[in-house]
Amino acid sequence: MTDLAAQRTDAPADRPRGRTLKFVPINVGQSALWIFFVLAMVIAPLIFKSSLSLTILSQIGTLIIVCLSYNMLLGQSGMLSFGHAVYVGLGAFISIHVMNAITAGSFHLPVSLVPLIGGLAGAFFGVLFGYVTTKKSGTTFAMITLGIGELVAASSLMLPEFFGGEAGITTNRVIGEPVVGITFGPQIQVYYLIAIWCLVCTALMYAFTKTPLGRMANAVRDNPERAEFVGYNTQRVRYLVVIIAGFFAGIAGGLGAINFEIVSSENVSTVRSGAYLLFTFLGGVGFFFGPIIGAVIFVLSFVMLSEITKAWLLYLGIFFLLMVMYAPGGIASLIMMNLRVAQFGKFRRMAVPYLLVIAAALPLFVGVVSLIEMLYHLQLESAGGTEMRLFGVTVDTASVTAWIVAALITAAGTASMFFASRRFKRAWGSAQSEIQEQIERSLA
Amino acid sequence: MTQRDQGTVHASRTGECAIELRDVRKSFGKSEIIRGATLAIPAGERHAVIGPNGAGKSTLFNLISGRFGVTSGDILLDGRSILGLAPFEINRCGLSRSFQITNIFPRLSVFENLRCAVLWSLGYKYSFWHSLARLRDARLRAEEVLELIGLRRRHDVAAGMLTYAEQRALEIGITVAGGASVILLDEPTAGMSRSESDHAVELIRRVTVGKTLIMVEHDMSVVFGLADRISVLVYGEVVATDIPAAIRTNRKVQEAYLGSHAEEAHA
Repeated sequence: MTDLAAQRTDAPADRPRGRTLKFVPINVGQSALWIFFVLAMVIAPLIFKSSLSLTILSQIGTLIIVCLSYNMLLGQSGMLSFGHAVYVGLGAFISIHVMNAITAGSFHLPVSLVPLIGGLAGAFFGVLFGYVTTKKSGTTFAMITLGIGELVAASSLMLPEFFGGEAGITTNRVIGEPVVGITFGPQIQVYYLIAIWCLVCTALMYAFTKTPLGRMANAVRDNPERAEFVGYNTQRVRYLVVIIAGFFAGIAGGLGAINFEIVSSENVSTVRSGAYLLFTFLGGVGFFFGPIIGAVIFVLSFVMLSEITKAWLLYLGIFFLLMVMYAPGGIASLIMMNLRVAQFGKFRRMAVPYLLVIAAALPLFVGVVSLIEMLYHLQLESAGGTEMRLFGVTVDTASVTAWIVAALITAAGTASMFFASRRFKRAWGSAQSEIQEQIERSLA
Repeated sequence: MTQRDQGTVHASRTGECAIELRDVRKSFGKSEIIRGATLAIPAGERHAVIGPNGAGKSTLFNLISGRFGVTSGDILLDGRSILGLAPFEINRCGLSRSFQITNIFPRLSVFENLRCAVLWSLGYKYSFWHSLARLRDARLRAEEVLELIGLRRRHDVAAGMLTYAEQRALEIGITVAGGASVILLDEPTAGMSRSESDHAVELIRRVTVGKTLIMVEHDMSVVFGLADRISVLVYGEVVATDIPAAIRTNRKVQEAYLGSHAEEAHA
């Protein structure tokens, strides 16, 4: 046995090991992604200068931490939690109380380190609640997290001293002596504080996936029984992951408290937990970067889509439904699957099917959106006149013609989508099976 | 081989058993599946448990590995009782098992499967402060087992994508990777073709050098090819334990079970 080990060290380095040549291209790809991520975080506020975009960017930074920490549970460890807002929200509440204590002079800490307190609070509640939730896995785990979520949400109304009742707790983030001129008064300073925390947390959470515990979390997700039979207490693995995820969630909560200067019971609500789940899933739980995409969509839809249309939640629901049905791996998996097709040189043949699908999707989209918007307008805003602007056209929602036209466009879109998607599926399926064959052959 | 022979000699001299069952009983509801099984397996022995379908062979394995608790009796591992211990605790005591139905980590690569199997035994436990890439010992041990089970070329393939025979080999690899001294294999060649199972026998022989092996097996050529001694389990009781040649001619065994299979084995 020891002889074998000795042989292995002398063997030519023909597989990934440390820093061999084979690993270089992958590392280049990864570092390029990281550099892009860092640059995007640094440069974004220089390009999008308005106060609205600064607000959006700050929220995206916070949400990236939340969604990544949630994915430590869902994607990496197979724990479907319905109560992640508990850790984010309680981290935020503790942070805001700490900030108020700093204002009152009873506590000394620079504002930039308040998120760390939030993180410790999140980890503390992870220790507390995780002990109960991780006793079980699977459906039972999901049910217990739901129960804990409701419990905390209910206590937020029962304990107004801590949770501030319906109004919530407010604070002022401009406290203490400015450090090198930084007061955290201007939003841009808050953004960069969030950006730094976001980059550090993302790097740490990525590093976590490459540790023994991180890998065993995957193993427990895949096959808890087998994990037990290679010496691991699966309950302990889950428990530790919940605590660590709670830590990062709490940091995000602290950043949110600094950003908004208010925390209310809504922050610990199950609705919020559901939103974290939904957007992490949309981004894609199978890849580390998936939740980052989810966080961006989260903020854009909450801040921007809700400005554009009253029916934004309906659209979000439809989008979620379509993703679950046709791309359960989320946007990240869509990207990776298309990259794979391109890598194997099969993307060109997908061009026509893709164009056809887009051509069919366009009328379908216009038709469905028209119907929904007209219905919303008629039901909610017709008091101010039945006319509305739709795709640059003035439409009278009371006229039958408008409805017939919208219905016809929808029908045409549906019909063409039927044929386009069939063709697409055929092309996609054959490309995938050819890739599979190619892989098999290269391994044989 | 010499290493193993020494082990056997050493064990018989000191009389120390790797595994000892003392009147083990297990009931599910009203039906008693294991009815007073008594068995002593010295360290370094390759031991096969055979018996007709429904004799309780797999149940016996589940009791030894801690998957189920016993109803009464005692199980000793290296002279210490392991009753009431969880599977992961028994594993840490140096006992590792494979499964009749392939039980691997399907979404992890073959290499990651093996690395997961060695982490605990190398003392990395629940560490989140080590970088896996820097754990040279874990990588070398995983690659050593990879070589041993002949899946070197499948290094980066997701375990779920392997062929059936390859998955069975990986199953054995995961079982032995942690360096346990007692190995339980539950029908390692089930569902394999003749050439595949010959291959598997060679593999089992290689990976269990210097270890105690207990295996449940239906294929008599595998059993008689590998086992130092054989126990016959009939309706939850061990009716005979002996060397293969004696088991073949044992009247009690022939009556209870062997009949047709014995002819198969001779053929």
